[in-house]
Amino acid sequence: MSASPTFASLVPEFDALRRRFPPGFESSLVLPCLRRLQEAWGHVEDSDIAALAEYLAVPRVQIEEALSFYGQLRREPVGRWHVEVCRNVSCSLRGAETLLERLSSKLGLAPGDTSADGRFTLSTCECLGSCGTAPVVLVNGVYHENASAPEIERMIEGLERA
Amino acid sequence: MTKLIMTFPVTETSHTLASYRSRGGYATLERVVREMRPEDVTREVTAAGVQGRGGAAFPAGRKWSVIKLNDGQPHYLCANADEGEPGTFKDRWILENAPHLLLESMLIAAYALQVRHAFVYMRGEFDLPYRRLASAIDEATAAGLMGERILGSAFDCDVLIYRGAGSYVCGEASALLTSIEGKRGYPRNRPPRLTVRGLYQRPTVVNNVETLSNITGIVRDGAAAFRAVGTADSPGTRLVSVSGHVNRPGVHEIDLGYAFERLLDDCGGVLDGRALKAVIPGGISSKVLTGDEIMPLALDHESLAAAGSSLGSGGMIVIAEGTCMVRLLQVMLRFYHHESCGQCTPCREGMGWLHRIIDRIVAGEGRPEDIDRLYRISAANDGTTICGLGDAAGYATSGILNKFRPEFEYWIEHKRSRFDGNLVCRASS
Ligand SMILES: Cc1cc2nc3c(=O)[nH]c(=O)nc-3n(C[C@H](O)[C@H](O)[C@H](O)COP(=O)(O)O)c2cc1C
Ligand code: SF4
Ligand code: FES
Repeated sequence: MSASPTFASLVPEFDALRRRFPPGFESSLVLPCLRRLQEAWGHVEDSDIAALAEYLAVPRVQIEEALSFYGQLRREPVGRWHVEVCRNVSCSLRGAETLLERLSSKLGLAPGDTSADGRFTLSTCECLGSCGTAPVVLVNGVYHENASAPEIERMIEGLERA
Repeated sequence: MTKLIMTFPVTETSHTLASYRSRGGYATLERVVREMRPEDVTREVTAAGVQGRGGAAFPAGRKWSVIKLNDGQPHYLCANADEGEPGTFKDRWILENAPHLLLESMLIAAYALQVRHAFVYMRGEFDLPYRRLASAIDEATAAGLMGERILGSAFDCDVLIYRGAGSYVCGEASALLTSIEGKRGYPRNRPPRLTVRGLYQRPTVVNNVETLSNITGIVRDGAAAFRAVGTADSPGTRLVSVSGHVNRPGVHEIDLGYAFERLLDDCGGVLDGRALKAVIPGGISSKVLTGDEIMPLALDHESLAAAGSSLGSGGMIVIAEGTCMVRLLQVMLRFYHHESCGQCTPCREGMGWLHRIIDRIVAGEGRPEDIDRLYRISAANDGTTICGLGDAAGYATSGILNKFRPEFEYWIEHKRSRFDGNLVCRASS
């Protein structure tokens, strides 16, 4: 299978990464390469799995297993704006559950769903190592700390217009 | 109070190399590579008695001493920056504000352990901590403090950042190594110890970010100076992450042995001036203590152990009167179920059962025998599983049941919470 244009454009970066790791660490490059592919393309395409397996000379199944194991990696696209609400203990003690409900009704989405127009995905996530500024919401990976419902709702209205 | 890590005011530039050097940064590394032998460094760290700050409080010097010098094979060092234990956010303070303290300490450790390549395994969601550490590595490399022939010596060492991708179990030391090998983050059976066969089967030391960040100070000022802080059995300081129902959550550096009551005061007390119901002292995997139990305690490893809990990761979660402990346990069990890697039957099945039972109780369909079931399943993992995740969930469950059993009985009998299922402090939310 031939690699996507995304993959081809990233090969120089992958080569540079390879030079930084000790010899014999090809297998270690699976995660950073997958992360980089997803960052560039939003998710990891099947064709890129094959291309990466060939590029690193690792079994394809190792790449598929990594994709199914790590919560941040995905093989399907998410919405243009990915809103993730931490629902672990410290955030729950600071109102994460109400925040999630309000975002859910604002967006008309149940957690885990993507809007029909592909603009928004609402998810829950686990402790983000930011419990002192709970509750925490991620929007496309950016931390919004001490998140209040009105403030996040206003931000979403801004994104709806963007 | 002594500050060993949070020693400077945080400013826009305090994380940079220039600022770190103005505070005497990298002078210790220079002395180490010029004047010390690797075994001298390890001896100092062992004498200091610094215990692991990641959760298990294992003495770092004892771990390092297993590494055989000049055995003709590569050794690896990994800083655990996964910071996954819910309630913990202190390593992030170091990564964002003192990245060079971590790097200098890792280079000194790498010198002691004869490591050519060291890794920082960082949780995948961290963004600013990643950028700060990556730019610190660039600065150090450009200044000849990292890479080949460090400071003109014969010592070569590079530090690489390895980013996770959303998995709690990868914070467990052996899973962390499997993850750096680019595979599913499955924990490994021990023996062999990781210091014998770790990353790619080579001798490897895994230490928490905070543990490592103490190394520069220990080598600079000597083991005796380190031991002068804290208690006899818990030397030094700890970064405690305080969250939950307090007025001023945040990271505090305390001398080990500091009074809990004073720490609570430092954080502005409980929200809304409520009474203190409970505290989870060391991340959610440590056993909960009631307010009455923790109020008179000194925060050190031995006092917490005597009270039946532990200082764990230093993630202290404060819980105000009026909070529903059944719902709190539900949040925890959903998490553990989600994060079990599924390798061991008691953990894989047990997490599912615990989660289903607590959901059933909350749905008003609990049965009186469910409490005993929760206890029994919690105990089933004891020592039978590969890693500590299953046990941790068991401790959390039995810990909450031991202290707050009437709340569970109430919900089962009346089909509703005694506290309205409440997790927040109403007035503040
Ligand atoms: C499920 C699980 C998750 C863990 N997560 C972390 C973590 O995020 N950070 C950490 O430093 N240690 C974590 N640990 C502890 C590590 O296994 C290990 O004890 C520690 O990194 C060793 O470093 P230290 O001796 O300096 O504390 C975890 C352990 C378990 C069982
Ligand atoms: S105890 Fe649980 S998380 Fe740990 S290895 Fe076994 S199944 Fe995986
Ligand atoms: S519980 Fe939400 S960031 Fe830790």
